Amino acid sequence: MTTADTTTAPRTVSRAEYCVIACAEAWRDNGEVLASPMGLIPSFGARLAKRSFSPDLLLTDGEAMLVGLDGTAEGWLPYRRHLTMVTGGRRHVMMGASQIDRFGNQNISCIGDWERPARQLLGVRGAPVNTLNNPVSYWIPKHSTRVFVERVDMVSGVGYDRAEAAGVTRFHRLPRVVSDLGVLDFAGPGHSMRLVSVHPGVTVEDVLAATGFEPAVTGEVPYTREPTAEELRLIREVIDPKGLRDREVRG
Amino acid sequence: MTDKSMTPEEVVGQLHSGMTIGIGGWGSRRKPMALVRALLRSGITDLTVISYGGPDVGLLAAAGRIRRLVAPFATLDSIPLEPHFRAARERAAFTLTELDEAMFMWGLHAAANRLPFLPVRAGLGSDVMRVNPELRTVTSPYDDGEELVAVPALRMDAALVHLNRADRLGNAQYLGPDPYFDDLFCEAADAAYVSCEQLVETAELAKSGPAQSLLVSRHSVTGVVETPNGAHFTSCVPDYDRDEAFQKLYATTPWTVFADRFLSGAGEHDYQAAVRTWHEEQQ
Repeated sequence: MTTADTTTAPRTVSRAEYCVIACAEAWRDNGEVLASPMGLIPSFGARLAKRSFSPDLLLTDGEAMLVGLDGTAEGWLPYRRHLTMVTGGRRHVMMGASQIDRFGNQNISCIGDWERPARQLLGVRGAPVNTLNNPVSYWIPKHSTRVFVERVDMVSGVGYDRAEAAGVTRFHRLPRVVSDLGVLDFAGPGHSMRLVSVHPGVTVEDVLAATGFEPAVTGEVPYTREPTAEELRLIREVIDPKGLRDREVRG
Repeated sequence: MTDKSMTPEEVVGQLHSGMTIGIGGWGSRRKPMALVRALLRSGITDLTVISYGGPDVGLLAAAGRIRRLVAPFATLDSIPLEPHFRAARERAAFTLTELDEAMFMWGLHAAANRLPFLPVRAGLGSDVMRVNPELRTVTSPYDDGEELVAVPALRMDAALVHLNRADRLGNAQYLGPDPYFDDLFCEAADAAYVSCEQLVETAELAKSGPAQSLLVSRHSVTGVVETPNGAHFTSCVPDYDRDEAFQKLYATTPWTVFADRFLSGAGEHDYQAAVRTWHEEQQ
């Protein structure tokens, strides 16, 4: 890293800022739905989307209220109503994943044998109901072969292959996976993972080396789009003036 | 009318080993911790615990009181992984019925409505079906013909919940933003015990908050206990926030050391005194 200059804003866009942009894009053209970001960079992305190209998004305060960008309460969303919002479909969540496979099966429950796990994690939480009812995207802050695996240990969020096998595709949709290296979707063969873009500074080879299966790569893979000057200003001055984003994703 | 006020010890006196016990709140939020601590002081064990899990699950698991846990997660919220739940799972200390959050909610609704099950679009395609082979599905009898999971009713012998205010008859009020599922827990149980920050006259309830804050009604309540700071160290807004410093201590201290210092007293009063002393030492 170069020496920080506090008097003029840095011209270069950080990796974390590309990640915020890539997360924000998940909620483009979503209309009047609840944006449910899990994690820091997805929540910056959701706020950026609402402040710019998706102003109709709904956000929560992390507890039981629907709030505007300035924190003004506009609605009530306790857990019981939140769960109805999920099954009603008016929500796009971006969850994390301890493991995710090529068809988007996700695990946040445990690592190893479920009967006696090597590492107990959160439990399945709402991943099963989320994936069958409202769009679910994923945010992976450290793209690695430990997370992108051939087979997940406990399917919490349902991927495309298993949704098809179980006949539950009616409202099943996984729009995108954003990592610190790039953006993927499920437009590969048989709804498998496809590399959509790499963040500037990352190569396709970097992504392939950090992925435990081979995602589809078609033609020249573009870079994740540049933020506009106004988006950069919003991220740096309004949404995350403390620079917390650069602690989650470095470089 | 019946005065249902009692002490935590009297509540626990009506519970037995082997029972199925539901615990209200969510994660590390408005948990009936004083009643859980009373359970810990008793010899009651071999429990089936039904909970949107937080430190209630962690404490009971660490103390070896759980035979089966029914839960979609266990978390301390600000600390994502509940350390004692985690440790207990990693030594296979209890049997787990791992359900999705919505499946769990519809299981409570089914129990409260005396239905055998309710259908839900969740679980299919996930390993929830693999690890719960007893789960069955139903097919919609209408034109859509959709296959849904029939979540069985989560009936319980007893429910423990904590609210902000209650009267001696068993009417109870939440003053924070989220009711969680405490009314359903009470209605899903054969006997429900409500602890509260403050016991008040019935007439005070309607003055303290709007009509819809009167979440739990006396017909579904067996006993009421006044336990100030009784949700500690979980949050009980607006009365108090989560005690983050103490929760961190709980999460980072070996179980026996923590239990010796904070849970070895004769009653809830001793616990609260030990917590006060610890906070004074931190200054």
